[in-house]
Amino acid sequence: MITLESYLSLSAILFSIGVVGVLTRRNVIVVFMSVELMLNSVNLTLIAYSAYLGEITGQVLVFFVMAVAAAEAAVGLAIVIALFRNRQTVNIDEVNILKW
Amino acid sequence: MIIQKNPVMSAISLIANFFCIAGLYLLLRAQLLAVLQVVVYTGAIMVLVVFVIMLLNLGDEERLSERFDIKKIVGVVIVCGFLLEMVYIVGFSPDTAGQTQLSPNAEQLGQIEAMGSAMFGKFILPFESTSLLLLAAIVGAVILAKKRP
Repeated sequence: MITLESYLSLSAILFSIGVVGVLTRRNVIVVFMSVELMLNSVNLTLIAYSAYLGEITGQVLVFFVMAVAAAEAAVGLAIVIALFRNRQTVNIDEVNILKW
Repeated sequence: MIIQKNPVMSAISLIANFFCIAGLYLLLRAQLLAVLQVVVYTGAIMVLVVFVIMLLNLGDEERLSERFDIKKIVGVVIVCGFLLEMVYIVGFSPDTAGQTQLSPNAEQLGQIEAMGSAMFGKFILPFESTSLLLLAAIVGAVILAKKRP
């Protein structure tokens, strides 16, 4: 029997893997993909609650999260391209002009 | 995905992950969102990411001279603590309203009719704002990625 807790635990594990990816990797595109993984884990939580409680609100919110993620993907990758054009690197350790 | 050296292998692992999550949505009777997950996330966002990786011609990520970087270990330890806390909350919370099986109207909820009537009924304002957001994203992406003459 698949309970609600199984879906929530899976979502927590996916979220943690995404956080490890954001903290650990130095390639800016892999960091971006880890953020997408975190967004997907939250989507899974919302849809699990929507199915187990009988509400439509969770699924509508997931629709909007997907739209926002697509918009963020486009803009984020445009920033990565502009960054690479200026600095010739995608290593986030070397993008440190703003550090004091 | 997070331990692959080559970013293309990382993207392929994430694509496989998105397909699995779409399957999970089908198990939860959310048919419209399963299809949208495959079309939007896998078919648009990840294709865009793979295009950008190929365009920038990224090679393997070079490792630091030593494998055991203290910052990575501290990061992983903190996230393990965070994960233990979340599993504790999920596992030992009072029974979430006794939900052990899907709600009886989960079948109709995931269909496109229910989503459509909710989207154009209660959620009309976020729907229209999302179109503005997408317009802003399109304009921003084009301007940011243009070559400066």
